[in-house]
Amino acid sequence: MNAPHTRQWDTLRQSRSRRLERAAALGFGREIPAERIIDLLEAVIQPGDRVCLEGNNQKQADFLSESLADCSPERINHLSMVQSVLALPSHVDLFERGLANRLDFSFSGPQGARLAKLVQEQRIEIGAIHTYLELFGRYFMDLTPNVALIAAQAADAEGNLYLGPNTEDTPAIVEATAFKGGIVIAQVNERVEKLPRVDVPADWVDFTVLAPRPNYIEPLFTRDPAQITEVQVLMAMMAIKGIYAEYGVTRLNHGIGFDTAAIELLLPTYATELGLKGKICTHWALNPHPTLIPAIESGFVQSVHSFGSEVGMEAYVAARSDVFFTGADGSMRSNRAFSQTAGLYACDMFIGSTLQMDLAGNSSTATLGRITGFGGAPNMGSDPHGRRHASPAWLKAGREAGGPNAIRGRKLVVQTVETFREHMAPVFVEELDAWKLQKTMGADLPPIMIYGDDVSHIVTEEGIANLLLCRTPEEREQAIRGVAGFTPVGMARDKRAVENLRDRGIVRRPEDLGIDPRQASRDLLAARSVKDLVRWSGGLYAPPSRFRNW
Amino acid sequence: METLEFRFASPPAGTAADPALCGVVGSGNLEILIRAGDDPAACQLSIKTSARGFGQVWQAVLGDFAAGHAAGGTQVAINDMGATPAVVTLRLAQALTEYRGGAQ
Repeated sequence: MNAPHTRQWDTLRQSRSRRLERAAALGFGREIPAERIIDLLEAVIQPGDRVCLEGNNQKQADFLSESLADCSPERINHLSMVQSVLALPSHVDLFERGLANRLDFSFSGPQGARLAKLVQEQRIEIGAIHTYLELFGRYFMDLTPNVALIAAQAADAEGNLYLGPNTEDTPAIVEATAFKGGIVIAQVNERVEKLPRVDVPADWVDFTVLAPRPNYIEPLFTRDPAQITEVQVLMAMMAIKGIYAEYGVTRLNHGIGFDTAAIELLLPTYATELGLKGKICTHWALNPHPTLIPAIESGFVQSVHSFGSEVGMEAYVAARSDVFFTGADGSMRSNRAFSQTAGLYACDMFIGSTLQMDLAGNSSTATLGRITGFGGAPNMGSDPHGRRHASPAWLKAGREAGGPNAIRGRKLVVQTVETFREHMAPVFVEELDAWKLQKTMGADLPPIMIYGDDVSHIVTEEGIANLLLCRTPEEREQAIRGVAGFTPVGMARDKRAVENLRDRGIVRRPEDLGIDPRQASRDLLAARSVKDLVRWSGGLYAPPSRFRNW
Repeated sequence: METLEFRFASPPAGTAADPALCGVVGSGNLEILIRAGDDPAACQLSIKTSARGFGQVWQAVLGDFAAGHAAGGTQVAINDMGATPAVVTLRLAQALTEYRGGAQ
């Protein structure tokens, strides 16, 4: 037998110690003065490191991001970035200034066009575009960060952190980094003697820095009811009567958008008139959407667990602790990883919107010239084969898809879209832009948000297509064409085939559901303005100034 | 700006009533005026639209409307600011209901 090779088994720990020693040699304790943050980053980050920069579509570690982008590319380079969202200009600066060259992420919203340009210039290598839960999973497998730069509301003298309502991704990031020899640096909005509650214990955090200004939070989930159209009201009526009521959907997630905001605002009115209170929409995986306030106040909603918070909703959430998850201190605690888990396994329905859908039902929000990713939608908009517990909605959907002897249920994955977007861009297309994007990105797969075989229903102004009941790809195609309105895809329908599908209840028109489109009025909305939402909340909701016009 | 004219056969809308005006000329919206026309078996439509090049879509949307509703004997004037077919269809149905005095 050969003698075992001598191998060091604690190189990560040793590397960590050397980094901390370099910081100590520069005179740093655990509290870093903001003006010296670049010295600290250059001391503890090494070329080739995997760095996690916290930022989602809400809370952003913006001070640390800008500081990292201002570090010297001679000192720090070839970084491999792992981050939920590429949202801030400084996120892209890292690549343009030569500090980082590889990126694994989930969503790039506003920076999508700059990102596409960098890819074309081959100045950035994209590892993969993930859904959130998938990216978090990889933090614990092959994408564990060497250094995590995070954002917290407050730190105490020991370095314990309070994350506030926007807990979001922080627990997942810190757990992966702190327990695998990594370094955790937190920017905080304030230093306090006593924290309202401890969200991250001090011995998981190496350094804290008081940021010159509070971390940025985007009010991403606020939709002004004043902008909801009659067509959106019509589609919401169809969704409520034709899907929510028929399946008895109690546990669900809503995507962001005016289509789903319209549904939320019809719960206290239209859905109540249909006798659905207590029968649908009782348990939610959802950010605290201001447009859900009327449904909560009407007694429709029993529980809401949130991925993050929403600007202006803090006092309202704190005052409704039976509904929202809050700490002993009274303030909200969100958690993206757990809420995504709930969205995957514990919800019977996901409903969201898209920019494009093809004839197989595949949908994508990726359009030419922009690389955006999809955040949590691919996770929640998928039918999880790992689910084992039954519910009436899940069983009914499963039996529609697999017949009366089906051995599994089905999640309802609903896409609600008006057939044309603004500027007459058709949503229904023969081929998604995603295929051309795949070529320009050199990606392994086209960026599809929700796969067609996961989609159960499509709602448009023309009607509802139930894809669970389709038995062949041809039926599925005609069902989709049959609700695609006057788009070229819709006009190319086989009218006889669509009428046949209508006879079988696979395609349903508003009149088949007993809905007269002319009754789709904004008067049905429980709130028709942001001010109405404030009134519903008893003055507890404090909308950001850009949503105030009074 | 583009002007389009269409004429479709359609069952008579019934007794002539006062003209009906529906909608507003705003982005993504349109204004529809329905008046009595001269041919009780046809619906005549004239459209002024800010979006050029959608004649075929208008023809399909309006043809469906005339076939699916009793709109004969009417003259319809539309001022459009880029409304989608969904909005056009809804607004036409609302305008016709109003023209016929709220009758379904």
